[in-house]
Amino acid sequence: MKITKQVIEEHGLKTDEFLLIQKLLKRDPNFLELGIFSAMWNEHCSYKSSRIHLKNLPTKGEKVIQGPGENAGVIDIGDDDAIVFKIESHNHPSFIEPYQGAATGVGGILRDVFTMGARPIALLNSIHFGSPNNFKTKNLLNGVVSGIGGYGNSIGIPTVAGETKFNKTYDENILVNAMAVGHVKKNKIFYSKAKGVNKSVVYVGSKTGRDGIHGASMASAEFDENSEEKKPTVQVGDPFTEKLLMEACLELMREDSIISIQDMGAAGLTSSSVEMASKGELGIELNLEKVPCREEKMTPYEMMLSESQERMLIILEDGKEKSAKKIFEKWDLDFVVIGKTTDTKKLILKYNNKIEGEIPISALASEAPLYNRKWDKKKLPKNKIEIKKLKKIKMEDALIKILSSSNHSNKRWITEQFDQGVMCDTAQKSGSDAAIIRIHGKEKAIAVSVDSSANYCKAHPLTGGKQIVCENWRNLVSVGAKPVAITNCLNFGNPEDSKVMGEFAECLIGIKESCEFLNYPVVSGNVSFYNGTNKKNISPTPVIGGVGIIPKLKKIMSHNLKKNNSKIILIGKTFGHLEQSVFFEQIFSIYEGQPPEVNLTNEKNNGESVLEIINKDLVNSVHDISSGGLIVALAEMSIGSDYGLKINKPKKLTNSIEYFFGEDQGRYLLEIDNEKMSKVENILENNNIYYEIIGSTQKDFFEVEGELKIDTKKLYKINNQWYNNY
Amino acid sequence: MNSSVIVFPGSNCDRDIAVALEKMQFKNQMVWHKETTLPKSDLIVIPGGFSYGDYLRSGAIAGKSLIINEVIKAANKGCLVLGICNGFQILTETGLLKGALLRNKNLKFINKDVNIKVENNETKFSYKYKKNQILKINIAHNEGNYFTNSDHLKKLNNENLIAFKYCDKHGATKEENNPNGSLENIAGIYNSNKNILGMMPHPERMIDKMISNNDGINLFSSLIN
Repeated sequence: MKITKQVIEEHGLKTDEFLLIQKLLKRDPNFLELGIFSAMWNEHCSYKSSRIHLKNLPTKGEKVIQGPGENAGVIDIGDDDAIVFKIESHNHPSFIEPYQGAATGVGGILRDVFTMGARPIALLNSIHFGSPNNFKTKNLLNGVVSGIGGYGNSIGIPTVAGETKFNKTYDENILVNAMAVGHVKKNKIFYSKAKGVNKSVVYVGSKTGRDGIHGASMASAEFDENSEEKKPTVQVGDPFTEKLLMEACLELMREDSIISIQDMGAAGLTSSSVEMASKGELGIELNLEKVPCREEKMTPYEMMLSESQERMLIILEDGKEKSAKKIFEKWDLDFVVIGKTTDTKKLILKYNNKIEGEIPISALASEAPLYNRKWDKKKLPKNKIEIKKLKKIKMEDALIKILSSSNHSNKRWITEQFDQGVMCDTAQKSGSDAAIIRIHGKEKAIAVSVDSSANYCKAHPLTGGKQIVCENWRNLVSVGAKPVAITNCLNFGNPEDSKVMGEFAECLIGIKESCEFLNYPVVSGNVSFYNGTNKKNISPTPVIGGVGIIPKLKKIMSHNLKKNNSKIILIGKTFGHLEQSVFFEQIFSIYEGQPPEVNLTNEKNNGESVLEIINKDLVNSVHDISSGGLIVALAEMSIGSDYGLKINKPKKLTNSIEYFFGEDQGRYLLEIDNEKMSKVENILENNNIYYEIIGSTQKDFFEVEGELKIDTKKLYKINNQWYNNY
Repeated sequence: MNSSVIVFPGSNCDRDIAVALEKMQFKNQMVWHKETTLPKSDLIVIPGGFSYGDYLRSGAIAGKSLIINEVIKAANKGCLVLGICNGFQILTETGLLKGALLRNKNLKFINKDVNIKVENNETKFSYKYKKNQILKINIAHNEGNYFTNSDHLKKLNNENLIAFKYCDKHGATKEENNPNGSLENIAGIYNSNKNILGMMPHPERMIDKMISNNDGINLFSSLIN
């Protein structure tokens, strides 16, 4: 095929990028080579717009074994145990074909984790949909939820936590982010860096089909009205084959046969072979006629760009082919030596001994374009909104409206479609601040949570970026875990728009500040740009997935009230910040103003004190205060339990709406037995922590003195009907 | 007691059941689906999961697998056989248990803790439970909606072959406590000889208070003695 201007454009390459290809090759690329450049140089694979900002993130720490750059990050959790985890987006495919898009998102992230030798032990997801009133939303919600469940349930990894949000910003571009967490012995971690010349390159797993060709390129462009036509670029998932592939790989990993291993994710065979060679500073030669194909007459171009799922590339030690093959045959999977490593530092593609393509590895990796795109700073919005009508609002009405809304309703309709209990180590499931997973056969556990706050990030990206790391940290603290590290999925609009690029750059500065202050490094992640349709970009939505350690799991800490007549302590200062709050959004449809301020010192001190109180076994339940403010957090503590609450009138703030609905940061609610109060107060005073005793638990009623009194059964009902009525 | 857990490609509760059996002092072996002989077993367990992917009717392919012939032979000789979730589906496909498991009435996968009532506590699987004891056990399935013909249903009732029924926390077997649409809230059944039990709920998930509760333990402690 002739390389015309149109062909170049169809491959998503800009004119100057094509000129760079000519310069690097010292000739014109052929069609196959052009396809390979397109696959490696698109935003999704090359991080060409984001790298320059990503490199500022803190990625090192005492407990970090592997930071970004591998299939997933790895942290040390003591003894010989390590945790491998990563989050990744599958936004574009899920919008086009929700079931398969979401399912293969789960499959892809699982492969990233077991490629490193870890057995996956938990799945999480962060899913964002458009307004419930949008005609597409219901179908997308149904498809995505059953796709996530369909894959995770079948492969037998528990889906333990997640978040689901609705906002019209995602009407034409939903977000589907999946996170996987695995457990591995420290001395059995596998990496993707190739070593040694003339080693066998082995293809294992599913056969290659024509599905997903140019998937990564599709994910690197905005949607338009013809997006439906992109359906063929969405891959089709097969969790059964993935289960076999996972078991076969983990079985092979018990032996000393593997030099390096890489899953075929975005850009399939191309990116996996190039990444392995690039990291090992080697060349790689593939005989494409040996690639197991699902369909007849597949061309080298199609083989190299297919994104068929459930495939891996392995570089084996000499003489291990036979024993390795036996394992894959046991699991009825293909196992074919398709090439070898070389010292040419080139990717050489042959078909029946004829060279079809030849590209220096460096041209595809280190010499790929790197952009320092123009970005605009966003000023902190100034206008303080004065709401005179605030006093006319009945607190009960506002609370009911929020608790029955799509974003704050109980999400059992979703989580009950996920197997949360398989593997028998899920100590705390969805619906809590963080899920708790016990390490199999041990006393220790990890806590995991995913969080985002697009509204704050949109209003002021820097504050938003800071806030979301803190919220994630707080969620882990609330279940008694010491937060260790995060993975991030950075969902943004078109990076060629300087406003979007500014949102990206500033969110990252915010993330960096919080991560550094809290000693909470980033060990893996994924950037998803071009989330938008027809020039309309989504709100900036960085999603943070955090992992924390519970060294000895003695008691499960949750937010459900446990006893009658115990005290409720509010930790952290309440200023009554209503701008960017759920209250303003739901009650007044006000979207302007600045997000609540993040005070990192208070955040850290408050969190550490809460951990101290949990570790000394002085508290019955803990809940962090986030969207919706104090009153929503209190209601959530009551709804999941057999008890109600009696909360006093606020002493300092005159306006109770501000006090109860404000979204000030760094705050926690603790339920404490009366006899333990003095010990808890001692700790808080010693640590110089601001706190208030705001009320106590009681039976049957959720009550705020002089403001509202609701039957707890009614409260439960209000919170549990939205999904069933949708 | 010797137990064998049959492992199909796609089984995913095999480790969970093995952990439970070993915790209860069974001498357990895992048996791969391509085997054509069974080790000496007093109990055979067919675990939950998605055998062969279950892209066809759930359990249909496993019901025709190599090892299943040996399971059928052993079961007919009186060996104890326990099928959980996908295992129950497979047992109905082999004919060892009658009836079928249809898709859940809401057409969705359901994972939650449900109450079930011990209908018959006079079997080798259940004698450590009290009659009508209410257990809270996790379910996790897409096809758990038990169906059978009216003659067989009569037989199940007349011969006391219903093992468990979904119920509320007081034991009432009302429609609103039926998670999947099963006939008469049936959650598990025995064969005529009561040496085979198929059940949708997962007792192996309920053996550890730190994770859930202990309601599944008596099933295994009944079996071990």
